[in-house]
Amino acid sequence: MVFSLVSGSIPVFNEYGFKFIFSSAWNPTEGREEYGALSFIAGTVITSIFALIICIPLAFATSLFIGEYFRGKWFAKGLGTMIDLLAGVPSIVYGLWGFYVLRPFIVDLGLSTQGYGIFTSGLILAIMIIPYATSISTEIISMVPNDLKEAAYSLGSTKLEVIFNVIVPTARSGIFASFILAFGRALGETMAITMLIGNTNAIPKGLFDTGNTMASVIANQFGEADGLKLSALIAIGLLLFVITALINAAGKFIIKKFA
Amino acid sequence: MITSCGNTEQKADSSSSGKKVALTAAGATFPLPYYNLVFKNYTKTQGTLVTYGGIGSGGGIRSLKDRVVDFGATDAFLSDKKAADMPAKVIHIPTCLGAVVVAYNLPGLEEIKLSNELLEAIFMGEITNWSDAKIKAENPGANFPTLDITFVHRSDGSGTTYIFSDYMSKISSKWETEVGRGKSLKWPVGMGAKGNPGVAGTIKQTIGAIGYIGSEYAFAQKIPYAKIKNSSGNFIEPSIESISASANVEIPADTRVMLTNSSDPYAYPISGFTWIILYKEQSYNGRSLAQAEGTVNFLNWLIDKEAQAIAPLVHYAPLPKKAVERAKEILKSTTYSGRPILKQ
Repeated sequence: MVFSLVSGSIPVFNEYGFKFIFSSAWNPTEGREEYGALSFIAGTVITSIFALIICIPLAFATSLFIGEYFRGKWFAKGLGTMIDLLAGVPSIVYGLWGFYVLRPFIVDLGLSTQGYGIFTSGLILAIMIIPYATSISTEIISMVPNDLKEAAYSLGSTKLEVIFNVIVPTARSGIFASFILAFGRALGETMAITMLIGNTNAIPKGLFDTGNTMASVIANQFGEADGLKLSALIAIGLLLFVITALINAAGKFIIKKFA
Repeated sequence: MITSCGNTEQKADSSSSGKKVALTAAGATFPLPYYNLVFKNYTKTQGTLVTYGGIGSGGGIRSLKDRVVDFGATDAFLSDKKAADMPAKVIHIPTCLGAVVVAYNLPGLEEIKLSNELLEAIFMGEITNWSDAKIKAENPGANFPTLDITFVHRSDGSGTTYIFSDYMSKISSKWETEVGRGKSLKWPVGMGAKGNPGVAGTIKQTIGAIGYIGSEYAFAQKIPYAKIKNSSGNFIEPSIESISASANVEIPADTRVMLTNSSDPYAYPISGFTWIILYKEQSYNGRSLAQAEGTVNFLNWLIDKEAQAIAPLVHYAPLPKKAVERAKEILKSTTYSGRPILKQ
């Protein structure tokens, strides 16, 4: 896979060199062709980080709720099942829901005139990745040995102290890994984003501006691309691959360092 | 006499191959509603299965280039450069005329008129609000809301985009130098949606949106569209008649002509042919004679009266007589191992 991505993107790197990564020009018109990946990299990274920022507190709180506070109770079990179900919903369904429900809601709130853009996409991404992060974090939190917790309680700790001094340090690496995984999914998400981000091939100027992501531009334009454009799209695929790999590597490094 | 000839030919077909021919094609989404209907009709009446994949004009050209289909379909004819890239000589058969409409979403406004100056200003991003004085000046009496204009264009490569940008390039020198014509473009403003259905859906869901789509998509989903000022200064609504009128120009022998901004006073200016493309020499990749004959016979039927009569049902205009004559001439030039396929 790496080989075919690399060999496919050679023409565009020959043409532009590393300027391809740092240029935001994207002009597929015959005779005026110019390609750069920066606007798509920006769109991908901004939406994913935005989604992660929303995801972390919500997923962490939910997993504590299910995995510790109400562990084993019917209510927590039901909630856990529902979250697992959410993780299985295909992304096109999230996209449609975003298109018909979330987007008009954002217009009604007066946040944006048409509702497409980075904010809406980031929000839908957050909703999509929360189940992943929650599901794994819950598993990890509920795996914290009871002996440790009981020991802490017997020393007179409050519930909050147990959580922050026993559970979180023990489960830290697992919780962190769940967020890395969620972030990786956000980076590669395509369908729902294509429907909501607005597909404007430029660096977004604000949270409510339209933009485009790497996965989305590939899905949109791959079908009829040829020549240099095809190579540019493959190169974007390669860059996405590299970014995902880098983030995973960084995640592994942090886990090793602190766990 | 002609029918009896056709009959014997068909008999010869089935006896020589022993099984029925099935045709595969792929390409433009712009004529898809028409093709869906007419291809099904052919299967029902003639027994030959024709399957069509609406993957976009660019995809149609690539599929033909890779020789994975019997014929491709495109709304933008192959430029000389693109034609030279193909492995063999490709011929164009026009199948019908369609219009690209400028559809919008402004509740309560059933009819708006857009002059060329307004089209340029809106799509170049110079006018950004519906309450702009220039829009009001062209539409006296209409009550425009104070609302941002959201231009919705195609995010994928498309023949519809080609027809639209060809028209914009003809009426606006600013558009021609800054944007140009092509199946996908560098848009000055706006947001993208995938395919004609995607753009139509986005316009329908977004108040204040304006965009260009194949006419049938606007008719079917009841999305209002603007009257456009043609080269004679008349504001024209897209209709079978006004689309047909755009073909009242000289049609070259290879039928490769853009009909946008037609000189006919009653023509809707953003109209165009849509083509089927195939190889002139049908003997390639071990294709059988029956397959080649099946392809050419089908196309011969497609440009004939019976199939053309179906076009208006889905709001496409049938080919004018002159175009049918040209297309028949082109079909007669197809060969199998050098011998003509169509029997005269």
